[in-house]
Amino acid sequence: MLGRGLRLGLRRGLVTQGLSARREGSTLDWDGKVSEIKKKIQSILPGGAWNPLYDTSHLPPEHSDVVIVGGGVLGLSVAYWLKKLERRRGAIRVLVVERDHTYLQASTALSVGGIRQQFSLPENIQLSLFSANFLRNINEYLAVVDAPPLDLQFNPLGYLLLASEKGAATMESNVKVQRQEGAKVCLMSPEQLQNKFPWINTEGVALASYGMENEGWFDPWCLLQGLRRKVQSMGVLFCQGEVTRFISSSNHMKTASGREVTLKRIYEVHVKMDRSLEYQPVECAIVINAAGAWSGHVAELAGIGKGPPGTLQGTRLPVEPRKRYVYVWHCPQGPGLEAPLVTDMSGAYFRREGLGNNYLGGLSPTEEEEPDPGNLEVDYDFFQDKVWPSLAQRVPAFETLKVRSAWAGYYDYNTFDQNGVVGPHPLVANMYFATGFSGHGLQQAPGVGRAVAEMVLEGHFQTIDLSPFLFSRFYLGEKVQEHVII
Amino acid sequence: MAAPRTSLRLVAAIRNGSSRGIHGPGGAATPEGSQKGKTLLQFLSDRFYDVEFMREYFLQRHMLKVHQKNRFQNKEWIRPNERGHFRLEFLKFQGVPVEAVDASGCAINYEGLDNLLLLKELQSLSLQHCPHVDDWCLSRLHPLASSLQELSLAGCPHISERGLACLHHLQNLRRLDISDLPAVSNPGLTQILVEEMLPNCEVLGAGWAQGLKVEPEEQPDRASPVHAW
Repeated sequence: MLGRGLRLGLRRGLVTQGLSARREGSTLDWDGKVSEIKKKIQSILPGGAWNPLYDTSHLPPEHSDVVIVGGGVLGLSVAYWLKKLERRRGAIRVLVVERDHTYLQASTALSVGGIRQQFSLPENIQLSLFSANFLRNINEYLAVVDAPPLDLQFNPLGYLLLASEKGAATMESNVKVQRQEGAKVCLMSPEQLQNKFPWINTEGVALASYGMENEGWFDPWCLLQGLRRKVQSMGVLFCQGEVTRFISSSNHMKTASGREVTLKRIYEVHVKMDRSLEYQPVECAIVINAAGAWSGHVAELAGIGKGPPGTLQGTRLPVEPRKRYVYVWHCPQGPGLEAPLVTDMSGAYFRREGLGNNYLGGLSPTEEEEPDPGNLEVDYDFFQDKVWPSLAQRVPAFETLKVRSAWAGYYDYNTFDQNGVVGPHPLVANMYFATGFSGHGLQQAPGVGRAVAEMVLEGHFQTIDLSPFLFSRFYLGEKVQEHVII
Repeated sequence: MAAPRTSLRLVAAIRNGSSRGIHGPGGAATPEGSQKGKTLLQFLSDRFYDVEFMREYFLQRHMLKVHQKNRFQNKEWIRPNERGHFRLEFLKFQGVPVEAVDASGCAINYEGLDNLLLLKELQSLSLQHCPHVDDWCLSRLHPLASSLQELSLAGCPHISERGLACLHHLQNLRRLDISDLPAVSNPGLTQILVEEMLPNCEVLGAGWAQGLKVEPEEQPDRASPVHAW
């Protein structure tokens, strides 16, 4: 019996071997076959990717632990640190939902790319210092097997901030804080400034602060692509679509003092596909709002701000898109190779670009002159009327310049205090913010990503304490303001 | 036989920590050996890993001389001996300021520059062919501005024109060598801009005419209409 069965089995095995025409290796490749069969069964069972009715490969998965709304540098940084700090490999499934994979309007791609430590808040300084460290060792952090190393084209020339008589005292105290945190900044008098940079007109300048190390500018597109590549290799899922709805469950509870409060948890995110009405409901545990200039809109979808004004439910996320212009010009007699990124008291800034005497710069408009953020059209009259006079006054060589081109990009502008919002919302308990940085998000992205990942995984900030940046400050009215907005 | 025993000792030394034997330039010609000895050595090294290691070790000692030299005030260069050790007389020089450091070929990096920046009276620094010195490292050199007169960066693969721009802090620099920098995009133009940035410094580099094409010489007696004023 046994012998006959064995012989039958062997013959069948030989026949199947002949049919599959496999000549090398062992005759029965059971390990490979069993794992293939297992994969097929898993995909057929509910929860798997197989759908017998139509092709769903373009849709996001039906379940994901963390959904990150927004695939710019902040969203990708959070994804990277979530995957890096998770306790067990593959423990967390992360989905990044980005509306536009070409990044045409993303603030990251349109950024000037500067990094500085010259802030007045210690948290901002610490974030920038960590980011400088990250960028310096980027090929260790973002190394992918068989991929070429990243070249960020970092230019370590530093920032030069100028102050008038009024601002000199603030600048001195700021520099003291910066030095305490470990930034290498030096203060210069107008005479020293004239000696070092003879092309500057020091009229009206009482004090200047100059960053010597870890400050400069780099290529933000390279950082974005490097993060994207690394994050994909770590197993994060990407989806091109727009978040249109959050479905949440509410829990009515009473505080210790007897007040009624409604806590919400988002349990489903509806992701709508591009140019179609099709959407996929993604069941999730945590949502991260890293939508940049459109974070306010995403927060409204979650019901943040829908309530009587003056209450916590009625406090909206005060982030809105603000358009900023960057102009590129050529000036043959302009500042030499040693020119840092110079910021005038009027808010006008410029830096060198490349070896060919090209410069780029701009100016943050006042509240009354804010352009309409509906589109990204450039207003060249703004340059003629506002930017050029300030620049020419500060650098006389810029009287003869010729504008080559210009572009416009959005700031995710925090109208409350122009600093970032980081951490969970007090009522919508599983929405975390990583947005609102108003023009310095790119340079703080690595640090903020790590802080949000720590908040999600551990429940509190571990390395850099960003509690001044929590959402609750909007309700409590506590502004954490920087003194210089560039 | 003496040969197998010595080879075993050498291999043990390599495994124990001296990393020089591992990354040696293999495939270079053997320095010595008679005709018969060469074939025997070749034959043996094809067959035994130990012999191959021994060959490469001797190659290291002849070819790759790591010049980590230091010069104190008014003294000669202090070099390591063949085994890579410094003489004990070094300790006598504790209070004497270091004038020149030759770290060419050395694997010094951003954090390692901490040690060099403490030398407040350093006049000459050579970082030729250092594989890990990049633009970030150059931005750290500003504390040496008051004393540094000579700097050589020739052959460093990661230095670009952006790092060279930070050398403007070093106003006492008199000689700067920026030749053979593969990562600099336009060596001729960079040299001109660096010369403008450091007016008192003699910059040795590619030469500004490197990128220019050579026009064919005009005959002096043939009057060309283009040159008629």
